[in-house]
Amino acid sequence: MKLTMASSPHNHSQKSLSKMMLSVIAACIPGFIAQVIFFGTGVIIQLVLALICVSVFEAIIMVLRKRSIFAALSDGSAWLTGVLLALSIPPLAPWWVIVIGSFFAIVMVKQLYGGLGFNLFNPAMAAYVLLLVSFPVQMTAWMPVTELLSQPTTLAQQLSIIFHNFTSTGFSLEQMRTTVDGMTMATPLDTIKTDIAHGLTVTESMQKPIFGEWAGLGWVWVNLGFLLGGVYLLKSKIINWHIPISMLVSLALCSAIGYVANPGTEPGIIFHLFSGATMLGAFFIATDPVSASTTNKGRLIYGAIIGLLIYLIRTFGGYPDALAFSVLLLNMAVPLIDYYTQPRTYGHGEVK
Amino acid sequence: MSELKTLLKDGMWKNNPALVQLLGLCPLLGVTSTITNALGLGIATLLVLVGSNVSVSLIRNWVPKDIRIPVFVMIIAAFVTVIQLLMNAYTFGLYQSLGIFLPLIVTNCAIIGRAEAYASKNPVHLSAFDGLMMGLGFMLVLMVLGAMREIIGQGTLFDGADLLLGPWAQSLRIEIFSFDNQFLLAILPPGAFLGLGLLIAAKNVIDTQIKSKQSLPAEAEKGPRARVTSLT
Repeated sequence: MKLTMASSPHNHSQKSLSKMMLSVIAACIPGFIAQVIFFGTGVIIQLVLALICVSVFEAIIMVLRKRSIFAALSDGSAWLTGVLLALSIPPLAPWWVIVIGSFFAIVMVKQLYGGLGFNLFNPAMAAYVLLLVSFPVQMTAWMPVTELLSQPTTLAQQLSIIFHNFTSTGFSLEQMRTTVDGMTMATPLDTIKTDIAHGLTVTESMQKPIFGEWAGLGWVWVNLGFLLGGVYLLKSKIINWHIPISMLVSLALCSAIGYVANPGTEPGIIFHLFSGATMLGAFFIATDPVSASTTNKGRLIYGAIIGLLIYLIRTFGGYPDALAFSVLLLNMAVPLIDYYTQPRTYGHGEVK
Repeated sequence: MSELKTLLKDGMWKNNPALVQLLGLCPLLGVTSTITNALGLGIATLLVLVGSNVSVSLIRNWVPKDIRIPVFVMIIAAFVTVIQLLMNAYTFGLYQSLGIFLPLIVTNCAIIGRAEAYASKNPVHLSAFDGLMMGLGFMLVLMVLGAMREIIGQGTLFDGADLLLGPWAQSLRIEIFSFDNQFLLAILPPGAFLGLGLLIAAKNVIDTQIKSKQSLPAEAEKGPRARVTSLT
């Protein structure tokens, strides 16, 4: 198959690569702050770890490839990968999770394919899937929001959990995850899925303390934070509107249809839009300029199928959230989508 | 003598069934989760390959060209049945852990490929040697891949070797590191794909380095590299 680039004219946008990447990182800040507030400072530790790891791995590969380390690191793409990975793994996951994830993302997914611009798959999401498939226990150990915890967690205790598996007072991660009621909890998406499988209705399931009025406690704010960052990215024209809008519309449409057809076991539009990784995915992950579709029509299709797949896997699949799987599947389809959605070059093709 | 040398080189490196021809990928990816499984299947494939090469070479002048493929497949299937029954009798544990991949040796393209490309055109002793070298090459790749996956996946080597070699082999088991969690991906099929990709990449790196060291004028490529079963 012939792979084609988007057609000319290429207009220079006056944005350098590193400036773009740093803006995307900056746009993560609102969602990041929300995650720190609701899920504890573990996110910061993971972020620092991830940034160190991706820098080291990128530098090692650059030495092996006899390229300039500074040029590769200063474009910021590796750091963005690190940030996205740190945001998507559980805040108190053991330290080796993020190390393995960073290694896979940078060395295997990105650099073995030729570095930035040549990777077929989104590095952060490929690494996330590797971790999820390999270490299901660690990767699903999300904390409930801090206010529900029985033990308040300090930064020192979180460090100790991440590096030694236990706090200084001898609590394991499982014990730390117990809430005031003495129960451990899964994420909202997981809880709803399990409850529906056990015959509860959504309304009954939503009575649990882990839920707020609309969706999971805390998760709404995290998603709103990423939405805010996403709007900034759209406004500053770093990403196109096509992918996020078509993805969100498609997800909303699917969940609306599901809700109308089956209101008892379908959590509805708001829940789907503000749960899990929806907003992070729509604005920060699916829009990756390298692995996403490059034509406008293709972007609409790409986003729409991601939205559809997220809904399908969340509702019928084995995993509670589906962003990473959907993005990777569509990454594979990108050459095909691009091939069939080439825009007509001015002066060529059929006349209307 | 030089013919034998070429056969040895082809089977082990230049035309390796697993790394260059990319044949027999199904068992390669399916059973290499431990080095014991890999060794078991490697030996089985090796025996079938030698047997079928010898038989095909013996009858090569009496088989009509039009029906040669069914004849070859029948011969291979007979040998696979023999091996399967033998393993069922003597290495039952391994027989169970190899499962469907043992009868599937019949469909291993590396075997029918050698029968078609080499044994049906060459005398018996050369065919037997070719089968031996191709089988050894295949087995080596299986074992390297199995070792990689076993070390990364569960931190051991020769786990369950007693299934293949008898009770004394339990002492072969080496625990390289112990880890609370298995690295599941290495044990699952995606790990096999990644591992094979890395092995092929490593082979290509070595080939390029050898070529650049010799600094001879680059030899013209004889057709596409993949799926070339005979370079005669």
